[in-house]
Amino acid sequence: MAAPKKGRRPTGAQGRPGRALAIILIAMVALTAGMFLTKQTTPRLGIDLAGGTSITLKAKSEPGKPDAINETNMNTAVGIIERRVNGLGVSEAEVQTQGRDHIIVNIPKGTNEKQAREQVGTTAQLYFRPVLAFADGAPAAPEATPSPSASTSGAPKAEGSGKPSAPATPSSSATSQGRVLSEALKAPAATASPSPSASESKKADDKAPAPTPAPSGVEAAAADLQAKFAALDCTNEAQRAAAGKGVKPEDATVACGKRGDAWGKWILGPVGVSGTDVKDAKGQINPQTGQWIVTMQFTDKGADKFAKITGELATKQMPQNQFAIVLDGEVVSDPSVSQALTGGNAEISGGFTQQSAMDLGNMLSYGALPLTFQEDSVTTVTAALGGEQLKAGLIAGAIGLLLVVIYLLVYYRGLAFIAIVSLLVSAILTYTIMALLGKGIGFALNLPAVCGAIVAIGITADSFIVYFERIRDEIREGRTLRPAVERAWPRARRTILVSDFVSFLAAAVLFIVTVGKVQGFAFTLGLTTVLDVVVVFLFTKPIMTLMARTKFFSSGHPWSGLDPKRLGAKPPLRRSRRTGSGTGSVTAPVDVKEA
Amino acid sequence: MSKLGDLGAKLYRGEVGYDFVGKRFVWYGVSILITITAIVALAVQGLNMGIEFKGGAVFTTPKTAVSVTAATEDAEKASGHQAIVQKLGNGTLRIQISSLDPAQANAVKTKLAADLKVPEAEINADLVGPSWGDQIANKAWTGLGIFMVLVVIYLAIAFEWRMAVAALIALIHDLTITVGVYALVGFEVTPGTVIGLLTILGYSLYDTVVVFDGLKEGSKDITKQTRYTFSEIANRSINGTLVRSINTTVVALLPVGALLFIGGGLLDAGMLNDISLSLFVGLAAGAYSSIFIATPLVVDLKEREPAMKALKKRVLAKRAAAAAKGESAEDEGFEGAGTPQVVAQGRAGRRR
Repeated sequence: MAAPKKGRRPTGAQGRPGRALAIILIAMVALTAGMFLTKQTTPRLGIDLAGGTSITLKAKSEPGKPDAINETNMNTAVGIIERRVNGLGVSEAEVQTQGRDHIIVNIPKGTNEKQAREQVGTTAQLYFRPVLAFADGAPAAPEATPSPSASTSGAPKAEGSGKPSAPATPSSSATSQGRVLSEALKAPAATASPSPSASESKKADDKAPAPTPAPSGVEAAAADLQAKFAALDCTNEAQRAAAGKGVKPEDATVACGKRGDAWGKWILGPVGVSGTDVKDAKGQINPQTGQWIVTMQFTDKGADKFAKITGELATKQMPQNQFAIVLDGEVVSDPSVSQALTGGNAEISGGFTQQSAMDLGNMLSYGALPLTFQEDSVTTVTAALGGEQLKAGLIAGAIGLLLVVIYLLVYYRGLAFIAIVSLLVSAILTYTIMALLGKGIGFALNLPAVCGAIVAIGITADSFIVYFERIRDEIREGRTLRPAVERAWPRARRTILVSDFVSFLAAAVLFIVTVGKVQGFAFTLGLTTVLDVVVVFLFTKPIMTLMARTKFFSSGHPWSGLDPKRLGAKPPLRRSRRTGSGTGSVTAPVDVKEA
Repeated sequence: MSKLGDLGAKLYRGEVGYDFVGKRFVWYGVSILITITAIVALAVQGLNMGIEFKGGAVFTTPKTAVSVTAATEDAEKASGHQAIVQKLGNGTLRIQISSLDPAQANAVKTKLAADLKVPEAEINADLVGPSWGDQIANKAWTGLGIFMVLVVIYLAIAFEWRMAVAALIALIHDLTITVGVYALVGFEVTPGTVIGLLTILGYSLYDTVVVFDGLKEGSKDITKQTRYTFSEIANRSINGTLVRSINTTVVALLPVGALLFIGGGLLDAGMLNDISLSLFVGLAAGAYSSIFIATPLVVDLKEREPAMKALKKRVLAKRAAAAAKGESAEDEGFEGAGTPQVVAQGRAGRRR
């Protein structure tokens, strides 16, 4: 076997330990500096340790759906709200039902409370509705403003005439271009816009009948809708909130929504696909164009419905080839359709920023609440477990660490110092990263995570033990320390990597599959496992290489933990013993052999 | 201390050793007994599920000067269950108590009113849904399932399918024992317990993988020698990694033991106790199973292989011949095969 020779070669091993140590030192300094620069010197604590905000939501009964508030729906809502408030991060928010129709959402201190409340509060029903008409958010363009009431009263008389909306349309389609419309449809949109902009009655009449037959065919209802549409001022918050509320899914409605920075208003047809039909959606970058898009995946039922609605829409003219994604009565997106989309997958493109694509993806996948909720109360809460538990945990951690240190010292003597310093390095890395992640991804350290970190002391120390025992085995083989350190490494490395991979796999699966507390814990577990590998590779091994050069260790000082005599090694006879029978050896009554 | 070091050396050289593999049926028996006890306990006693799984009652008191700690004590005394007390922004207390049905909730409400010196009518009682049980625990189970499938695939690739199967059985064994202890002792199952249980996943396998790694190395080129059978080599490699296993287990158990001692013994702190207890039991079971169950299982699976059967035949034939000649064949064999590991220095043959 060539391995021992490789180990004895001094040069190869000498250049590296310094570099590895420098890397980890720089990492530690950078992380610590980052921690102080961002003023995040302590990890953010979870709600069980630090308290936070408690939001109580009350389910509202829907018109026409008296039985909607039931256990199943409440539990579905809890699941959806849980995913939404925890979003991409690991903020440890707790969601639970209380009583028959309440949901309590507990958000740890330090979370962006306003954002969380928005996410929790505004999450409601999600629908896909066909667009029948669109206009700018204000009731009319500047020339019409003097008499908004006139246009309101005028509209019913005009019987579905597009007049009031006509002046608004051109400007809106101009501003909306490239925002929500798909890139591919820019051109048709541009050519479509001139026709309403002419504002001639003939053209307006062409346009007018379209909204009318589509919704219900009942003239009066259509007229009513037109009137509402004309009067609607989406720049007014109260009107905006009222628009589209309490409308049954099978009825047409008016709705407001933002198109970029400006408000727009829509007349929308009956619900084509509901949010519960969406299986999954996410914002991602289209690798071909490099632009942000939102991809959607429908359930089987949803795919059929979506194919039907897009098939109908694709044959129509702007703006009726669009469908609006309506969240809680508000239009969040109105992509246009150029062809029937079958197969259950669809993609919305055009004008998304990363944030808006992610948000829409999040809304589409988690937004389909089966119930509407209203905020009942918002109050601060103290820690559920209290500082005492944290203190107890930290004391226990200190005692545990002390016991581990004592055990290592007694058993490994001098080697234990390498283990202890490695543990320290691991602790510094874990602490700084946790502190930084509090801000970065909303990571909150709860009591289970604290326990996880304490348990990690033992698991991290295990890697050192695997390595140390390997070195000692090599010394028992009769090798001197330096080759033993190098020879033991590849084998210890494989064991450490294989077993840490298993730990990491457990953590990764739990993180992906679960939510809430378990997710936070899995995150801690994964983090410490990765850091274990980092520390062993970049710190413990290089330090061991350096230490092997010191006289204390290489001479096998009785206190070094590597005393060949004590380990029962064969005497260091070097090559001559290769053929020796070894039966007369000093310390070890064992067959001597060599590779 | 140094005695353990000597023992390590002796174990390494194979001078001493325990016949783990040969006595495996004893340990299988022990494990089956424990597992049956666990299952019976689970069936008879069931698990004492906490508020997060079973739901419970939430009491909201009017504004009070009673401290959270005092209220927690009162609530736990009044109900006999674990209570979580939080002070709300407006000075009122929110008291969550697990496993209460409406009738019990009323009794507790009366007691609480007396203890906290607030009018009973002003305490609001509400039932809390088992959101944890429905939402998160189910996902934890899904995660467990996916993890098991993935880890079996991984171990089958990194080692071989027999080891993967043995590791999985050992893992299920550990989880069963841990759950069984919970059923027997009647500790409340909280999210902390589940989290502790999930940690065991990684850890139990960590230990097993370390032992298997030694076994894989020891049994490399096994068919090129005629000195030892597979089970003997497996036994040697368990003994060879025994010190490592003991040390890693002790070192992992020390912090958990400290948590258990501080959390459960001194401070009676619920969550710490929950996590550390399940961890302690699980880690201990994991260490036990990786040595006494997992490796012997691999042996049982492996010895069925034709190649191993043939090897055993050869080894036995050689030993018979050597016995006839009087030990002269002892020096041949494995050393020539070029594997200087555990198997090379041993006396397993002689020990028998």
